[in-house]
Amino acid sequence: MRIPCPHCGARDVQEFTYLGDAGLQRPDGLAATEAAMFDYVYLRDNLRGLHEELWYHGAGCHAWLAVRRHTLTHAIESAVPAKSRWTGAAA
Amino acid sequence: MRYSIFSLIGQTLKGHRGWQPTWRDAAPKPEYDVLIIGGGGHGLATAHYLASRFGINNVAVIEKGYIGSGNVGRNTTIIRSNYLLPGNTPFYELSMKLWQGLEQDVNYNAMVSQRGVLNLFHSDPQRDAYARRGNAMRLAGVDAELLDRERVRAMVPFLDYETSRFPIQGGLLQRRGGTARHDAVAWGYARAADSRGVDIVQNCEVTGVTIMNGRVSGVATTRGPIRAKKVALVVAGNSSRVAAMAGMRLPIESHVLQAFVSEGLKPLIDCVVTFGAGHLYISQSDKGGLVFGGDIDGYNSYAQRGNLPVIEDVMEAAMGLWPGLGRVRLLRHWGGIMDMSMDGSPIIDHTPVQGLYLNAGWCYGGFKATPASGFCFAHLIAKDEPHPVAAAYRLDRFATGRVIDEKGAGAQPNLH
Ligand SMILES: Cc1cc2nc3c(=O)[nH]c(=O)nc-3n(C[C@H](O)[C@H](O)[C@H](O)COP(=O)(O)OP(=O)(O)OC[C@H]3O[C@@H](n4cnc5c(N)ncnc54)[C@H](O)[C@@H]3O)c2cc1C
Ligand SMILES: [Zn+2]
Repeated sequence: MRIPCPHCGARDVQEFTYLGDAGLQRPDGLAATEAAMFDYVYLRDNLRGLHEELWYHGAGCHAWLAVRRHTLTHAIESAVPAKSRWTGAAA
Repeated sequence: MRYSIFSLIGQTLKGHRGWQPTWRDAAPKPEYDVLIIGGGGHGLATAHYLASRFGINNVAVIEKGYIGSGNVGRNTTIIRSNYLLPGNTPFYELSMKLWQGLEQDVNYNAMVSQRGVLNLFHSDPQRDAYARRGNAMRLAGVDAELLDRERVRAMVPFLDYETSRFPIQGGLLQRRGGTARHDAVAWGYARAADSRGVDIVQNCEVTGVTIMNGRVSGVATTRGPIRAKKVALVVAGNSSRVAAMAGMRLPIESHVLQAFVSEGLKPLIDCVVTFGAGHLYISQSDKGGLVFGGDIDGYNSYAQRGNLPVIEDVMEAAMGLWPGLGRVRLLRHWGGIMDMSMDGSPIIDHTPVQGLYLNAGWCYGGFKATPASGFCFAHLIAKDEPHPVAAAYRLDRFATGRVIDEKGAGAQPNLH
């Protein structure tokens, strides 16, 4: 598996560290209910299909990426800087 | 037909032409008392214990592929009960006791072999951690022995003791641990359940769970709808997908684990050895192949095949432990999809839907649990209350903080 890093080009998956589902939004720790926090920490959609997930390019540009990858075929559709996922801006 | 030395001799004289199919290839009936989704080891064991111990025979096991096509036929066959935490130890010890009587119980040769499981340690802190684990096991009535380096060397003389990056200092040995032939476990339970009237329905995928007024009433399948008073979900690796059919989200991610087998060799290693300085375990099958494995690939996957980095990682660890392996050729490798739970421990519990029961989250250690998982799940389904040794495997433990985290890795499933 190779991940097309927007900064470094296609690189072997060994250069990256996986975190998991990029769709999770951490609730505001002071305002959130216990139930919302439980949901965020423990529950996952765990999709079979296209999955948007966070990878860290530790042996390259040190950027966090949001990668769209198919969990059945391992085919990668896109990889963008994780920042842009929330700000909409190209980082 | 019961298997025995007499049936074997009789069949030998008749040229082996009179053997019956091991179980019926049943077509689904319109309704069952208990419908089990998933014909892996745990689903089949659940059916066997429901029928043999709890007198519930109107049962179907619904399997989307064929029996043994999932993890029960893909694992590296290690059985052991060397757990540390109170939520786990008595459960896995019940499983070990059931393994010891399994073949008599189901009248099938599962090749249960108590050849010993030896966990190596390579540093002082690791020795202390293993001593603690061994003591916890002994307090719970489980056998454990802490061996120094010379006693380990007497058992497995060919490992690299001094010159390696992580010299071996000793090991924690559970002599009652060992291996069992994984497919035979599936076949034995299938045959035993079938002989008590359980329908084993293959090539039938569950595509929906029917719920009326908060109570389960049956399932939709690729072979039509089936009604059921109780539905048991036990689909290791696909738990999130089937639970979603009942409107649930689980504390689980699906990950791929690979396994490897070498060419067949003469007897070399007569126990299971695990490397303590990396993730590697190795044993030798009765056919002669070395069977080994290591870490999961580490990212969500439903692919039943892994990638090269983990293959390299496992081979490096193997060479670090046992340099002589460099002369051995790898014959084949494969992957299986497992439920990695948020604390590394399983779930055997009711669900918010009445009549729907959940057995999930076995991570890469669920083969050894097969007998106790089936027994405790059958207990839960039959009596509507948890078996005492499985009472900690609750679905709500993540919300209440009563997690069972053997590794102390937190809610990061790929680290367990
Ligand atoms: C490579 C590898 C090595 C392992 N090594 C060990 C080991 O050494 N020791 C150990 O203790 N554990 C080990 N494990 C873990 C162990 O194999 C599993 O935890 C255990 O087998 C899971 O339970 P099961 O047997 O019921 O699963 P499975 O055999 O996977 O059964 C689940 C079944 O559900 C079926 N299913 C899924 N969805 C549906 C549906 N919608 N409708 C109908 N049927 C469905 C699947 O087809 C499958 O047959 C290993 C796992 C792997 C992958
Ligand atoms: Zn990069």
